[in-house]
Amino acid sequence: MRSIINYLKEIFGTVRALLKGMGVTGYYFVHPREIVTQQYPENRATLKMFDRFKGEVVMPHDENNEHHCTACGICEMNCPNGSIEIISKIQLTPEGKKKKVIAKHIYHLGMCTFCNLCIKTCPSNAIIMEQTFEHAVFNRAKLTKVLNQPGSKLSKGDKK
Amino acid sequence: MKFNIYDLSSFTSSINQTLMENCSPFWAVTIEMVLVGIAILSFYAIVGLYLVYAERKVCAFMQCRVGPNRVGPYGFFQTIADLIKLLMKELIPIKNADKFLFNLAPFIVIIASFMALAAIPFAKGLHAIDFNIGIFYVMAVTSIGVIGILLAGWSSNNKYSLIGAMRSGAQIVSYELSVGLSLVTIVILSGSLQLSTIVEAQRDGWFLFTGHIPALIAFLVFLVAATAETNRGPFDLAEAESELTAGFHTEYSGIKFAFFFLAEYMNMFIVASIAATMFLGGWMPLHVGGWEAFNNIMDFVPPFFWYIGKTAVVIFIMMWFKWTFPRLRIDQLLTLEWKYLLPINLVNIIIMSFVVLMGWHF
Ligand code: SF4
Ligand code: SF4
Repeated sequence: MRSIINYLKEIFGTVRALLKGMGVTGYYFVHPREIVTQQYPENRATLKMFDRFKGEVVMPHDENNEHHCTACGICEMNCPNGSIEIISKIQLTPEGKKKKVIAKHIYHLGMCTFCNLCIKTCPSNAIIMEQTFEHAVFNRAKLTKVLNQPGSKLSKGDKK
Repeated sequence: MKFNIYDLSSFTSSINQTLMENCSPFWAVTIEMVLVGIAILSFYAIVGLYLVYAERKVCAFMQCRVGPNRVGPYGFFQTIADLIKLLMKELIPIKNADKFLFNLAPFIVIIASFMALAAIPFAKGLHAIDFNIGIFYVMAVTSIGVIGILLAGWSSNNKYSLIGAMRSGAQIVSYELSVGLSLVTIVILSGSLQLSTIVEAQRDGWFLFTGHIPALIAFLVFLVAATAETNRGPFDLAEAESELTAGFHTEYSGIKFAFFFLAEYMNMFIVASIAATMFLGGWMPLHVGGWEAFNNIMDFVPPFFWYIGKTAVVIFIMMWFKWTFPRLRIDQLLTLEWKYLLPINLVNIIIMSFVVLMGWHF
């Protein structure tokens, strides 16, 4: 007798649990508001990427066309994929001292895995992650970018 | 030619008469067979395609997605595009496969579902063959499909396929019992194996209501066992993607794969229509004995739509199962059948016989 009661209990318990599960999916079925899919090309104007999304490495410049990169090469050393190349040049300061400045900060978007290591290790916080994501191009060469703008120089505040 | 949407038997018999007047009986029957074949073929294609679409949409909504929505409005033509793609795909020949059986298997599966479709009453008069053992016939031919699955697994020369096929064999052998016994419960209540009589007997109320408790239990058991019989989730061990790549149809490509795919959805449609016919009154509108006005309002909806609506409800429940429950392990599957469904079913048959004997049904 006892085993029969347990048997029936088991059946009803299982059915209840299964119905509960069906309740959850049924709720989602009748609540289209819960849909999380982004309808991308249609919502292009309003689409907002989430905070941690990493799109591409950029070097911000201020209004005087100045950046913070000291051409130290730390980002280049830390990149696991060799996506960064630092080309520096020697410049004479007005006081007559020799100083290394950035000539080209080359970034290969096509090789980058968006690991964020370059940004974390940059001692001058010269580069950041941008949240752009429409990176498709017809020519692979276009994925190689020079991050420092032409004619830009090191920001005054950073001079040591 | 008279066309009455509420009673298609006059339409079909007028076609029959016209043919009989114009040619010899042999040709008349041949032409009728071809016509029925074409009708079932096109019905098969349309229903198969749109069930795939419906499944993808239902699944998407249950998982907080939107599903196909690019090809046509709301992705309505997505499955047609998929079919065209499959038609143009290469049929890859498998090394060391048994060529003859390998090519035969998809046809067996698809022919089994075709044959079942012939005996299903779609509406009043819209019924290809009305056997006096209709439900028995449908059950018999639907189980031929498993031979196709076993052959597919065996002839592919692939261990995953073989394991999938063997699982499917074990599954069908056990669940066939539950399907059969739950239908027997209703046969006891209706006193007939002929599908048209069974539908007619539900004029004053569907068996699900008139048979009350035992019919309800039989319906639930049938739903579970039928889901298992069609190899659908949560009982899709035969093709368990995560364990067996695709199970018995791993090696199939192109249109032969599409055959298996379509047959799976058609089998779902067939068991859903059996459920609708046996438990929910088939094409019979919702009638409550004695409520004349209510019954007359219900009669306004043509029988074919009643039939499609009921089938759709059952199909939806089966999809709901699939996208809610996780897949069972093979031993759990057999435990469920032999320790739970079968004993419940046997007890239920006794209850039903008792109810019928005592006249306790409505
Ligand atoms: S970006 Fe940062 S780490 Fe890289 S060279 Fe410039 S200052 Fe150094
Ligand atoms: S994000 Fe990583 S991979 Fe990309 S450039 Fe920086 S260090 Fe290299």
